[in-house]
Amino acid sequence: MNVVTPPEKLTPKDFATDQEVRWCPGCGDYAILKAMQRTLPEIGVSKENIVFVSGIGCAARFPYYMDTFGFHTIHGRAPAFATGIKLANPDLDVWVVTGDGDALSIGGNHLLHVLRRNVNLQILLFNNEIYGLTKGQYSPTSRAGTRSPSTPYGSIENPVSATALALGAGARFVARSVDTMQAHLPEVFKRAHEHNGASFVEIFQNCIVYNDGVFGEFTARDVADDSQVILEHGKPLIFGKEKNLGLRVKPDLFEMEVVTIGKDGISEKDILVHDETNRGLADMLARMEPPSLPVAIGVIFCHPTPSYEDGVKGHMNEAKKHGDGKDINALLRRGHTWTITD
Amino acid sequence: MPRQETLNEESPHSQGRQELGSAVVRFAGDSGDGIQFIGSQFTQSTAMSGNDLATFPDFPAEIRAPAGTTFGVSAFQINFGADVIKTSGDDCDMIVALNPAALKVELPELKKGGFIIADTATFTERNLHKAHFDSNPLEDGTLDAYQVIEFDISKLTMEAVKDFGLNKKGALRCKNMWALGFVYWIYNRDRQPTIDWLKEKFANKADVAGANIAALNAGHALGETAEMPHDILGFSIGKANIQPGEYRTVTGAEALTWGLVTGAKLVDLKLTFCSYPITPASSILHYLSNLMEYDVVTFQAEDEIAAICSAIGASYAGTLGVTSSSGPGIALKGEAMGLAINTELPLVIINSQRAGPSTGMPTKTEQSDLFQAVFGRNADSPLVVLATRSPSDCFDVAIEAVRLATRYMTPVIVLTDGYISNAAEPWLIPDVEDYEQTPVKFRTKPEGFKPFLRDEVTLARPWAIPGTPGLEHRIGGLEKDSETGHISYDAENHQRMTNVRAAKINGIANDLPAQKVEDGAEEGQLAVVGWGSTYGPINRAVSTLREEGLDVSHIHLRHIWPLPKNLGQLLGGFKKILVPEMNNGQLVTLLRSQYLVNAQGLNKVSGQPFKIAEIETAIRERLEK
Repeated sequence: MNVVTPPEKLTPKDFATDQEVRWCPGCGDYAILKAMQRTLPEIGVSKENIVFVSGIGCAARFPYYMDTFGFHTIHGRAPAFATGIKLANPDLDVWVVTGDGDALSIGGNHLLHVLRRNVNLQILLFNNEIYGLTKGQYSPTSRAGTRSPSTPYGSIENPVSATALALGAGARFVARSVDTMQAHLPEVFKRAHEHNGASFVEIFQNCIVYNDGVFGEFTARDVADDSQVILEHGKPLIFGKEKNLGLRVKPDLFEMEVVTIGKDGISEKDILVHDETNRGLADMLARMEPPSLPVAIGVIFCHPTPSYEDGVKGHMNEAKKHGDGKDINALLRRGHTWTITD
Repeated sequence: MPRQETLNEESPHSQGRQELGSAVVRFAGDSGDGIQFIGSQFTQSTAMSGNDLATFPDFPAEIRAPAGTTFGVSAFQINFGADVIKTSGDDCDMIVALNPAALKVELPELKKGGFIIADTATFTERNLHKAHFDSNPLEDGTLDAYQVIEFDISKLTMEAVKDFGLNKKGALRCKNMWALGFVYWIYNRDRQPTIDWLKEKFANKADVAGANIAALNAGHALGETAEMPHDILGFSIGKANIQPGEYRTVTGAEALTWGLVTGAKLVDLKLTFCSYPITPASSILHYLSNLMEYDVVTFQAEDEIAAICSAIGASYAGTLGVTSSSGPGIALKGEAMGLAINTELPLVIINSQRAGPSTGMPTKTEQSDLFQAVFGRNADSPLVVLATRSPSDCFDVAIEAVRLATRYMTPVIVLTDGYISNAAEPWLIPDVEDYEQTPVKFRTKPEGFKPFLRDEVTLARPWAIPGTPGLEHRIGGLEKDSETGHISYDAENHQRMTNVRAAKINGIANDLPAQKVEDGAEEGQLAVVGWGSTYGPINRAVSTLREEGLDVSHIHLRHIWPLPKNLGQLLGGFKKILVPEMNNGQLVTLLRSQYLVNAQGLNKVSGQPFKIAEIETAIRERLEK
C-alpha cells in the first residue's frame, strides 16, 4: 500500500504545473488562473480529488496549468464529460472551464441540461464576447454590430445573456465576477464550491487581442464604481463612488431603476435588499446593463435543492433493497426458465 | 432423446394429429391488436414444450397507426420444430390475420397451400377499402390456393368474455387471446404458461385477467370440439434434440444487457450506461435502468453526443462507460470516439443497426454500418469492432467487448441489429462461474508514473483515475508526447503515436481465438463468409447443401476489426468466396482490401432478413459457374 502524506497546507504554487502558460500576454485568463490557484488551498480539497474539465477554446487550456486531474475534451461537451465523471464518482470536486463560444454556441444544449439536472459541479464561463482561438470571429455573446473577420459589416445577431440563460435553465447557483477582481473572484469560487448542485459563474474576461476593452464601460477604473453593483445577501443594493446610488423597483412598473439616496426624499430604506433566494429579483439583476443600470456582480441567485447525484444515490439505495447485485447467475434465471434433462 | 420434465405428457387430443418436423407461423394484425404479446406467449409455450425455435417480430414504426391500414400492420413470426432451428423461417405455413390489412401485407409470405386463419367480422367494406382490396378476398377466389379457416372471432370472443362485465371495446381486446388459444390447439401447445402470465400481468384487474383467460380457453375449446374445414385434426411437433440444461427465451437486447452487467463484474468495475432514446436501441437502456442493484448507473442524456461524452467521462473516472445507439446516433458520436481513441480510455459502444441512410427505416433491419464502425471517424483512428450473430450470442459478445476495452484501454464497437435485438430464441443459461475473471488494476503507484508509458505486451497505457494521490495529470484530444502525455506538436512524435495506436489495435489479433469454420471443411470450392444476423440463414443453407454433397463451408466472423490472424490463410484455401450481407457490400470490400481475395458479394437491403432459399440459390450459382 502506497501512502502519500499531503503537506500540511497547500499553497498556490502546489497547484501550478510545469507547463508553460501559452495565453497571449495580457490575457484575462492569467488573472483567473491566479485567482483559482489562490482559492484552492483555502478550499482544502486534496489535489487528487479535483478534476478540471474543459472543451475547446482559449479558456479550455486551463486544465493544463492546474496540477490536479484535468481532462481537455471536445468542443462544447465539457458539461457532458463532467456529468459522466460525477456519475462514476460523486465525491470528486469537478470544475468545468468554458468560454462563450464553447458553452453558449456549440455546447448550448449541454449547458442547459447540466444546469437543469443540477449536477454537483462548478461551471466557470469565461465570457470575452469573441472567438479568440479561431482568430476573432463574433460569438453568441458579441453585441449587435460587432465587426469581426466573419462580420465585416457588423454582427446582425442579438447576443445571449449567459447569466439570464443559466437562470432560465433552472440553475440554483448563479454568480458573476470580473477577471481583474482578484479579491472578489476567490470569494465567488468558494461560494460556487460550497453550493451542492450545479454552480454557474460568468466571468467577464478581457481578450486583449481581439476584443480589448469590450467591458470597459463597467470595468474601467474610472467608471466601475458607478456602473457595477456588488451583491451581498441581506444588504441593500447600494453602489457608486459616493455609495449614494441604489436600486429599487419603479413604483408603477415592474422594472428596476437607479435612485440617489438623499435626493427626492429617497432614504436607504427605500432601496431593495438583495435576497439570493429570490428568483424574480435574480432575473431582474441578470438583465441589468449600462448605461441606465449597473451590472450586477456577485452571487445573483443561490437557492439549493438536492443535486442530481443525490437523486441517483437515492435510487441506488432503493434498488439495493431488491438485492445486493452479486449473484449474476440469479439475474440470468429471473422469470420463466425450464429444464431439459437427458 | 431428451425428455421434458416440467410439463404434462401430451393431451389425449393429440391422437389423429399430423406429425410435423417444423412449422412457421406468422401472427398479424393491427398494431393495437396485441400481436407481439401473443407472439411472445406462443414462443414461451413452444420453448417449454421442448421445440427449438427462432422468432422475428416485425412491427411498424408508427406507435398507433390508423386502425385497419396496411402500414399499421404488426406481425410476429416464429419458426419452431423438432430439428435445430437457425432462422425465423422463410415462407410461412400459417398466417393468423386479425384484419384484412394483415392479410394483404402478409399473404406474400405464405406458402402455396398454407393456412390462413381470418376473423370474418373484420372483413367489412370499410376495412377492405383501407386494406386496398377491391372485393372480399375470403369470397372472391383470391385465396383459392390456400386453406382458409375463417371464424367470426370477434363475435366468438364477445360471447366467451360476456360474464366479465367488460365494455365492447374491452371485450374485443381479448380477440388476440382467442386466436392464440385456437393456434395453441392447432399445434398442441400448453396454455398454462399463458394463463399464469395473464394472472400475474393483470393481478390487480381480475376481470381483465378472467376475460383474457376465457377467450384463450374458448379459442382452444373450439378446436377441440368443432369440426374443422379441410379435415384438420391439428398438428404435433416432436421435441427437438436439445442439449440438457436450464433454458429461457432471450432476445438480443436482453442478452446484451446481461452480458454488459456480467462483463463489468468479471473485470470488477461498476457500469455507467449513458444513452439517448433511439429505435431499435432503447430497450437496452430500459433493461439496464432496472438493474441498479448490480452496480449499474444509467443516464438518459440530452442527446447522442452527451451520451457518449458522459460515458467517456465515466470511464475516465474509473467505471466502465457504455453508450448505445443506432446508425444515425452513432454518426453523431464520431468526434467523441476520436477523443476516447486519442486519450486511450475504455469504452463500449453498442450499435443496434437499422436500415438507412439518414433516418431510413428505423424498425427494419440492416447491417450497413460496418464501414462506419471500422472507418467512420476523422484521421487514423482505429478501434475494435465486434459483431453479434444471434440473440444469445449477444451475451458473449458483450463480455468480450468489456474484456477488450479494459485490457487494451480502447473503445470497442459492438454491431448488433434491430432483428437480433428483438428476436427471441431459447438459451441454455450459462454458469457465470465458467467465465474467466480479468479484474482491472488501476494505476496507483506515483513512482515512475507517466500517463502514456505503455505495457510492453498489450501496448495499453495505465488507467490512472482521479482520486489517486500523486497521479494528478492532464489528458486531452491534442496530440500528446508518447510518454509524458504533455501536448506535443513534434513531427516524429505524431508519427510514433499514430503508429502505436494502430499497432495496439492490430496486436489484439494475437489475443483472439483462431477463426473457425462453422460448418464444412477448412478448404474447398466455396466459403460463405458472414457476420452478424445472417448467421442463421447462411448456416442452414450451407448445412442443407452439404447434405446434398456440395463442397461449401460456412465461416462467420465475430471479430470484424482487427480480423482474426488466421483469416487470410483460411480464405486462401477456398477457390471461391461468397459474402452475403444486408448491405451493398461492406465486409466483402474489407476482405478484398485486406487479403486481395476474389470475394463476391450477395447483397440484400430490403429491411428483411435473408431467406435460406436466397442463400442456397446463390451458393448453387457460384458452384455451377
